[in-house]
Amino acid sequence: MALLNISHVFKSYSAGGMFARRAQEVVRDVSFACEPGECLGIVGESGSGKSTLGRMIAGLEKPDRGIVHWEGRPVWDRRQRGCRISAVFQDYTSSINPFFTVEEAIMEPLRTSGMHKRKDRSSVDLLLEQVGLNASYRERYPHELSGGEAQRVCIARAIATEPHYIVMDEAVSSLDGSVQLLVLDLLKALRRKYAMSYMFITHDLQAAAYLCDRILFFKEGRVEEIIATEQLRNAQSEYARHLLRMVITS
Amino acid sequence: MKMRLLTNLLQDKLAVLSLAVIGLILAAGAMAPVFAPHDPNAVNMDLRYAGASWHYLLGNDHLGRCILSRLIYGIRPSVLGVLAALFVSVALGAFLGLVAGYFKGKTDAVIMRVCDIMLSFPGYVMTLAIVGILGVGLGNILLAFMLLKWAWFARIIRASVLQAAEADYIKFARITGVPSITILLRHVVPVVSADIAVVASSSFGSMILQLSGFSFLGLGVQAPNAEWGMMLNEARDVMFSRPELMLAPGLAIVLTVSAVNFMSDALQTALDPTLSKTNRKFREQASLPVKLRGKEVA
Repeated sequence: MALLNISHVFKSYSAGGMFARRAQEVVRDVSFACEPGECLGIVGESGSGKSTLGRMIAGLEKPDRGIVHWEGRPVWDRRQRGCRISAVFQDYTSSINPFFTVEEAIMEPLRTSGMHKRKDRSSVDLLLEQVGLNASYRERYPHELSGGEAQRVCIARAIATEPHYIVMDEAVSSLDGSVQLLVLDLLKALRRKYAMSYMFITHDLQAAAYLCDRILFFKEGRVEEIIATEQLRNAQSEYARHLLRMVITS
Repeated sequence: MKMRLLTNLLQDKLAVLSLAVIGLILAAGAMAPVFAPHDPNAVNMDLRYAGASWHYLLGNDHLGRCILSRLIYGIRPSVLGVLAALFVSVALGAFLGLVAGYFKGKTDAVIMRVCDIMLSFPGYVMTLAIVGILGVGLGNILLAFMLLKWAWFARIIRASVLQAAEADYIKFARITGVPSITILLRHVVPVVSADIAVVASSSFGSMILQLSGFSFLGLGVQAPNAEWGMMLNEARDVMFSRPELMLAPGLAIVLTVSAVNFMSDALQTALDPTLSKTNRKFREQASLPVKLRGKEVA
């Protein structure tokens, strides 16, 4: 059975004021599935609705129509979901509560899942070590971290509960080039270690191709094409070919 | 967390001073009979407008009453009463603002429309109406404050919750299944508490002045009882011949309001890790910014 099953999903937002009945469709009839351990890249421009799709996959929003099922159960049910889904976001400055130390931030999902009884402070050290930070970071506040460090802490926090899949919304997009590469390598290594699935949402085809097994091209709320990364040069759809040309010429 | 708050607060001299002033005022108000040297309502016509003396430290008013004693007894309605009313209305406003800002949608619409209705009436007119219905007296004025002010607080707090709820750490908490109430208490309240402190402390001063305004109209504290605003108004009659009579109640109001303002300022600084001084040693070694830019990926 597929880990994640998305079938005929629609989502629209009402535009205008309280009494306006106009609705803008952001996601239109999207269907795809994701296998356990797979890394799926969702590539699209800003405003294409890919972040809305990401929010629905993460269970933050309910689709208007269609199903988003995770292991056969609706993903927006918080109790069903537990701590088996996690996320990493683009904006590392607002990803960690400014009032929390690194340790408190990493302990939060553990505490929610009740895992903090099994896992103690040493597990925070271990998690930090796995993302390439040492134990001295534990007592630091988010404003004392650089972008790359903060994003590593977010990754450590995301893997703390050993989730089955992680939704990453532009997780490396706001980092500098060399740091991006380091974080992508880290994500690759962690995925092998924990056998997790990634949902890697980005506008950067290069980053997606570097990390993902399959790439989904997303445009104006629709799936244009889903293709394995090795097969990328054989992409059929106009949009995918256009993006590929952009990468080659740049 | 609590330890850090305390050490940060004690490092700030102004915070310690304002905390001491507030503590002293509250203690003096609560134990007024112990602190006051005389009966605040004892009339002594021989001592009308008497200046400061060893027996009457701040002099006497137009009825020869001890000003210091009246000042100390006046803490009760002016500071303790207003603080209680403020606490209730801020608590109510904060609760509704948090709920409206965090849950949005229909909940938000309903709460905000009620706020709109409350705010569409001028504050003084509504207070007059409530006093008209319930009758004259300090308790009813304070009740009117509680019933009216919450809408204003709810508005402001909602706005800051809306902004705070956009943060990615709240999205993360929701994804990993943290219950809404925990998110509100753990993530939203600390962030918006700075705004709550600012609006609460700034309206504290205006509430003291409003209360004195109503007392002047004869709707609040009744005549023989001491209240700072009423003392100011009594002194107003002799403003040109005896201007010094305004000093004692005027300075008391200024002192209290500024102590509360400084206190809320210091509290914010102590609570916010980005402003705290204790972590400076980390900050210097922590950030080694990577200055490389460009398209080096893949």
